[in-house]
Amino acid sequence: MLESAEIIRQEYLRHDKKFPHVWCPGCGNGIVMNALLRAIHHLELPKDNVVLASGIGCSGRLPTYVDFNTIHTTHGRALTFATGVKLAKPQLSVIAVMGDGDATAIGGNHFIHAARRNLNITAIIINNNTYGMTGGQYSPTTPYGSKSTTSVYGHVEHAFNIAELAVVAGASFVARGTVYHANHLNTMIQQAIVKKGFSVVEVISNCHVQHGRRNKLGNAVQMINSFKENAVPVARAGRMTAAELQGKFTIGVLCDVEKPVSTEEYDRLRQAAQTEANRITEEKAKNGVKRYEE
Amino acid sequence: MGASEGQKKILLQGNEAIVHGALAAGCRFFAGYPITPASEISEILSVKLPQVGGTFIQMEDEIASMGAIIGASLAGVKSMTATSGPGFSLIQENLGYACITEVPCVIVNVMRGGPSTGLPTNVAQGDVLMARWGTHGDHPIIVLSVSSVIECFSVTIKAFNLSEQFRVPVIILSDEVVAHTREAVVLPSQNEIQVFDRITPSVPPEWYKPYADNNRGVPDMAAVGDGYRHHVTGLVHDERGFPTQQPKEIEQFLNRLHNKVTKGFSEIVMTKSVEMEDAEICVIAYGSVARSAHRAIKDARQQGIKAGLLQLVTLFPFPRKAVDSALRQCKAVIIPEMNMGQISREIHRVNQAGTRIIKHNRIDGHLITPDEILKHIINA
Repeated sequence: MLESAEIIRQEYLRHDKKFPHVWCPGCGNGIVMNALLRAIHHLELPKDNVVLASGIGCSGRLPTYVDFNTIHTTHGRALTFATGVKLAKPQLSVIAVMGDGDATAIGGNHFIHAARRNLNITAIIINNNTYGMTGGQYSPTTPYGSKSTTSVYGHVEHAFNIAELAVVAGASFVARGTVYHANHLNTMIQQAIVKKGFSVVEVISNCHVQHGRRNKLGNAVQMINSFKENAVPVARAGRMTAAELQGKFTIGVLCDVEKPVSTEEYDRLRQAAQTEANRITEEKAKNGVKRYEE
Repeated sequence: MGASEGQKKILLQGNEAIVHGALAAGCRFFAGYPITPASEISEILSVKLPQVGGTFIQMEDEIASMGAIIGASLAGVKSMTATSGPGFSLIQENLGYACITEVPCVIVNVMRGGPSTGLPTNVAQGDVLMARWGTHGDHPIIVLSVSSVIECFSVTIKAFNLSEQFRVPVIILSDEVVAHTREAVVLPSQNEIQVFDRITPSVPPEWYKPYADNNRGVPDMAAVGDGYRHHVTGLVHDERGFPTQQPKEIEQFLNRLHNKVTKGFSEIVMTKSVEMEDAEICVIAYGSVARSAHRAIKDARQQGIKAGLLQLVTLFPFPRKAVDSALRQCKAVIIPEMNMGQISREIHRVNQAGTRIIKHNRIDGHLITPDEILKHIINA
């Protein structure tokens, strides 16, 4: 059962910030924001304990509108700031919201290392296949052959599969959803936040203004409907042939594994270091051993 | 910082002394990336920080290190990174973010020869103007330099204090010679050390304006997670922290950013004078070169030449007053630097009296010797 939009609006939007937002009519970002707010609401996370960090681009503006501890960082670096916040205050729920170019081009290195490092952080990546804010240049997820303002002859490079990249980089939890499957998205974001370890939710979204228009993919409604047609649940995809999967993409949970979470490992390390420090102090007191730091 | 009863001399390297200074100042978070000649700072902090409940993390690059220390500082923990030339280039992006969001943090740059990979194991002072102007846009910043092991300790504490007091990132310019020189020092005990912590808001959260002006020009800073939910952005923002494009708000904000440092000149600007009272010839130096200069003026005095040393501890904001009075007092000023003349440019700018300025620049990866400076003093 979903709460009325009114509850979400009253409780989580920043009323002291003068709207309107920067997003175009029909943009998928609002659906992602809605799913994220509903997930936080369902999990009953106190607003003071939620930290949203974002990078640059249309997705980067999301934290501006919502009433949490919000950090709009530099392009591609949201996860590095999130890492500092999480290690300084592990009790906070730290969520990074990024775009496809943000997370996997300029921030690609931080993304794979955050996955490998496995801190207890959630990354939400809104993938609309383009750099929307700067005018529709090709991104790491722009499909081969697509037109963009920097690939007018058709794109000659190949796209990243963000979710699969996260899996092989070592994330504990990886899921993919779309802005068509809004309730499903809400559920997966909840799972990702609850999951201990680095969790990733890739959200397939529409930029009908920059990407769709140049590639004759239709308006916002048509693009969002195409996600319904092309999305295949992970389980069903396993029973399909490569030919059947042509032009489709999987949605659902791609990976959910248990491994030591380094947020906790750092605690263990501190305890070990303190025990060792105490041991040295005691030894010195007993034997009068002189060490350089005396 | 003299030796008192019961305090022992210890043998420390410059990089080690920076670690001791940082811990004494309350640093509890360090993020870094391995680089010569700064790596000892990372290595020692990886041992010591967890012992005091702090966090050491080695990031994937210096961009990430800078992001992480800003994140930790936003969460209320005093933070530092340490690097050298190539890494210092990479930190510049997020350094600008720390400037505009007014996040206290300390960046150590142990200078080596450049440009690019340059001379990884050799000394240089080529990053002085980069420390001032490296990140894009007009921005206030504080740059300090160290010339000895004990200064590595005391200036690092000062760097944290200034950073917390003014909410400005502070850069410590060390160099390969200072970093790897071992000296016997006596460190003061913790209760002799003055530590400044950022001022946190005393108003209830609903009244809190994270970037509101006050008589210090430095807004009170709430930590993430302390109940003062607010927005932090690298966009120019209003006093609530939200992006603005109103010319009036933009101007007010940027003026405050610069004015808070201008207002603090007397606390920020530090110089040391040696034998300057009756000096007719002055050497102006900083970093390891100041040690050579110290020796050179002593030798000059033995030969009956009235030479003095003005050591710049603060490089930016530029110690204009102290330099100006040295220029007015002396018939010649000698500026030895291990670069092509980055501080001498600033001194030329201040030189209203038209005093003779003698540059001495060495860029071959070796320290300027006392004899080189002494020759200039004798010929001046």
